[in-house]
Amino acid sequence: MSLLDYFRISKAGSASVAKERLQILVAHERSSRNQPSYLPQLQKELLEVVRKYVNVSQEAISVSFEQDENQETLELNIVLPDLQAKKS
Amino acid sequence: MARIIVVTSGKGGVGKTTTSAAIAMGLAKRGHKTAVIDFDVGLRNLDLIMGCERRVVYDFVNVINGEATLNQALIRDKHCNNLYILPASQTRDKDALNAEGVGRVLEELAKDFKYIVCDSPAGIEKGAHLAMYYADDAFVVTNPEVSSVRDSDRMLGLLSSKSRRAEQSLEPIKEYLLLTRYSPDRVKLGEMLSVDDVQEILSLHLLGVVPESKSVLNASNSGIPVILDEKSDAGQAYMDIVGRYLGEDRPHRFIEEKKGLFGKLFGSK
Repeated sequence: MSLLDYFRISKAGSASVAKERLQILVAHERSSRNQPSYLPQLQKELLEVVRKYVNVSQEAISVSFEQDENQETLELNIVLPDLQAKKS
Repeated sequence: MARIIVVTSGKGGVGKTTTSAAIAMGLAKRGHKTAVIDFDVGLRNLDLIMGCERRVVYDFVNVINGEATLNQALIRDKHCNNLYILPASQTRDKDALNAEGVGRVLEELAKDFKYIVCDSPAGIEKGAHLAMYYADDAFVVTNPEVSSVRDSDRMLGLLSSKSRRAEQSLEPIKEYLLLTRYSPDRVKLGEMLSVDDVQEILSLHLLGVVPESKSVLNASNSGIPVILDEKSDAGQAYMDIVGRYLGEDRPHRFIEEKKGLFGKLFGSK
């Protein structure tokens, strides 16, 4: 740190923006990378089963996979059209 | 036992071939018999960086296809007797490389060489996949720039899932970060990701930082790996990297900006 640094107006550089964007992106991409490869197939087959009984759209069903240090959670979310109820 | 090193990055133009040439030369100069292989089929360039483009007779694909022996295709480096180059083919056939053939060539090289450096092409296609498939160590070359960092992270994912070591549940590939084209003065101004930033994002072991340097273009212009330019900052950075890889404890240099006496007293810019 030199003497003149104290008088210099500090301007926020773009590097901090880059770091923040990358941290979010990398965390997101890493979490989806660790998902089991059967997930899309599972989602497709579940949709077919549900559709046997209820007419739901493709978007009405979501499958998410989360991984903690000691547990893995598979969450299914199906939105039924008329009842507007959520089943987990 | 031979050690197979892949030099990879995902993104193009970050310095994979420059790094491959430099570290292969560095390892050979330190007395280890080293081979460096160009995996960029169709876009051969390692030969130019190593200055042996006029001595290419047979290539990697010729050896895989049995059209030439390994000894016929390997080019001995003119600066160092311990160093051999296996050039890429210029064929446009995308399927020229295959896992079985690459494995066979690496196995044959491993009998005779201590280090085998695989210069990966950019991208995540076949050449890049095969360059990393048999690796023991990975040098992930990254620029302090968003797209390069993101692509490096993508490569880390592939190294841990699509390699031989991953598939056979062996000890994972050892991954090292090489941060290249680094400008300490721009980092100080907050214009460039710092080495700490990149390390924090990728959580990788830092093998070394290579500063942005005129000597790199000079070296490729003349076909002499930059590590032989012992006076240059980039050359010294690569020598440090080779030393650290061989287990030596060398402090990191070229992370701080260069300052004269005037700069020290009155500020850097």
